[in-house]
Amino acid sequence: MMHIHRLEKIWLTFGMAMLAVFLLILGLSAFTMGMDTPNSGHDHSVHAAKLSETPPFDHPAITQIGDREYEAVMTAWAFGYSPDQDQLVVPAGSTVHFSVTSSDVVHGFEIPGTNVNMMVLPGEVNHVSHKFDEPGEYLILCNEYCGIGHQAMFTKLIVT
Amino acid sequence: MNPTFDRKDGRLVLAHLLFAYVALLLGGVCGMLQSMVKSGSITLPANIGYYELLTAHGVLMALVFTTFFIIGFLYSGISRTLGGSLTGVSRSLGWIGFTLMAAGTVLGVIMILLNKATVLYTFYAPLKASPWFYIALVLLVVGSWLSGYGIFAQYRTWRKANTGKLSPLLAFMAVVTMLLWQIATLGVAATVLLQFIPWSFGWVETINVLLSRTLFWYFGHPLVYFWLMPAYMCWYVIVPKIIGGKIYSDALARLAFILLLLFSIPVGFHHQLMEPGIAPFWKFLQVVLTFMVIVPSLITAFSLFATFELNGRARGATGLFGWLKKLPWKDVRFFAPFMGMLVFIPAGAGGIINASNQMNAVVHNTLWVTGHFHLTVATSVALTFFGIGYWLIPVVTGRRLTKRLNNLGIIQVVTWCIGMLFMSGSMHITGLFGDPRRTDYTTYNDSPESILWMPYHVAMAVGGIILFISLIVLLAAVVGLLLAPRGVEEYPIGEVIDTAEKTPKLFERWGLWIGVSAALILIAYTIPLADMITGGTGSPGYKFW
Ligand code: HEM
Ligand SMILES: [Cu+2]
Ligand SMILES: [Cu+2]
Repeated sequence: MMHIHRLEKIWLTFGMAMLAVFLLILGLSAFTMGMDTPNSGHDHSVHAAKLSETPPFDHPAITQIGDREYEAVMTAWAFGYSPDQDQLVVPAGSTVHFSVTSSDVVHGFEIPGTNVNMMVLPGEVNHVSHKFDEPGEYLILCNEYCGIGHQAMFTKLIVT
Repeated sequence: MNPTFDRKDGRLVLAHLLFAYVALLLGGVCGMLQSMVKSGSITLPANIGYYELLTAHGVLMALVFTTFFIIGFLYSGISRTLGGSLTGVSRSLGWIGFTLMAAGTVLGVIMILLNKATVLYTFYAPLKASPWFYIALVLLVVGSWLSGYGIFAQYRTWRKANTGKLSPLLAFMAVVTMLLWQIATLGVAATVLLQFIPWSFGWVETINVLLSRTLFWYFGHPLVYFWLMPAYMCWYVIVPKIIGGKIYSDALARLAFILLLLFSIPVGFHHQLMEPGIAPFWKFLQVVLTFMVIVPSLITAFSLFATFELNGRARGATGLFGWLKKLPWKDVRFFAPFMGMLVFIPAGAGGIINASNQMNAVVHNTLWVTGHFHLTVATSVALTFFGIGYWLIPVVTGRRLTKRLNNLGIIQVVTWCIGMLFMSGSMHITGLFGDPRRTDYTTYNDSPESILWMPYHVAMAVGGIILFISLIVLLAAVVGLLLAPRGVEEYPIGEVIDTAEKTPKLFERWGLWIGVSAALILIAYTIPLADMITGGTGSPGYKFW
């Protein structure tokens, strides 16, 4: 096999060892500490064109499911989100589990300043959870181009 | 070797380069306008939409400028190193490829300007453009395939005439790059031919969105290596000659290219980390494969700096960094690609962050990502290409890079770096605050977050204007080169250091590498793809613009 210069061997060995350690940490934190990418299952579950007759997306809403724990069932559409902004209110310290799907094209779902950031595809449901400690108005915006009104596609979550 | 470049081949190369520069200039106009719109400095005249501009910019820059320049450069390399001129077959294939790609570009740009294809360069379904836009993409891709066959044909002819000999490094690299391209474009060809075209003509009602995205990104990541590998060719083979040094190791260079081929394709999921419908295991597997490209990157960094240092020491440099002083800083043929290499260090580090599985949530679809690829492709790769153009145009036209043109080139490179520092720098910072990419001017009803982003958008616009000035300087330099005094300019091709070890024959066992590549692709994609094909629901098309 090829001969490799000694210094280069040290450089490559060190580099690859660091890489292995890094990937191990990344993998462990993803799979054992719940820091995973969004949507841990894969469902192919909904029919985008029939959302209005598919529970729970026929009635997008935010509901309390435990002590300071909420489930937000939401739909994204060109160019906005359901339910209406006046319903998106939770008390500080709440954890919100978002389930989002699209009734038309691909959209984004991002809350700047948090790690909430995921793609919303028609036909698929994406999930992400976040604990809102600080009271305030949280901007929820679409970060995937979806048409002429893309820059106007946003809503707000109010943490009281 | 004959000092003059084959005239007929020269015309083919020049056609590609000039087409690329025109695309770059038009794309640059769009880019500057985008940055001004985003900062709220201007509003576009009634008929032009921001997203129309952005589609044109993405297509002209990422697909047209790069592909034309690369194919022109690769053809120059094989003409030069594989026999001194192209065979009739290769040259014809080159011209047919050029014609198809040019036709595709013109058709695509017309569709975009008519506002019939405002779907951005990634054309994500179920936004539905005119079928002619997708046909334009087919022409572009099929043209590039034919050009690739021309390169393979030239290589085969040379191998037959030189049995048992090691192929020239530059030609080997050109073949690997084109091989990567052939394998990678299968994904985009599949989605366009089997999904988008039947659907956009109305022959089928719906499209499987997740499948189309996955096939796109199967292509989309190796696409960036298709841009990068020609830049590496310059760094490995051309730059050592320009600085008067030698190539550190032929074998390591080939190893790096083979590793890039293997590990840049089965990794598209790192663009879909935030997406539903793909199990986390498969995402993570592809993340691990993604990180394997760090190995050839480490090899490259080592080899390049070894070349610089050994060369400097041979010229009497002392101390840890004395060799830096021995580099030809005032030679644009060196300065441009060297700045490209330098920028690639932070750019690569940014890429590692993007691909880090769950960490992607921090930056996904924010301007950070846009900032990232304006460092990688629009600086590292683009500067290297500019550097190549400064000697390649004179080489193929039989003219000389004069001192004045060289200095103009240096100014162009410096302004490009300054412009990018402003534009890409502020994109990175504001992206970390969550500022979304691909978005027209907006403050989300005066939301406080987005008001804070605006100063960065202003800095982006300043950068955009400086970049455009750099393009004007480039235009002047290219025109200058076309009118430069006749003469002979060197095609710089480095030689390998005498003490380097022999290159193993293994590297040219193409069947083996294609086999390994196919196996990795099958491992990474079979199960998730099968799942998407059987499980997905279809979407009708939408025209929301
Ligand atoms: C004059 C120099 C340039 C300027 C001023 C410029 C400016 C911009 C701006 C402002 C955006 C982002 C807009 C947004 O996300 O809303 C953008 C996107 C982009 N640029 Fe550039 N750019 C330049 C050169 C380049 C070059 C040389 C390349 C590649 C070779 C390139 C490739 C891209 C791509 C692929 C996008 C993404 C398009 C999309 O999101 O669909 N740019 N550019
Ligand atoms: Cu949107
Ligand atoms: Cu990638």
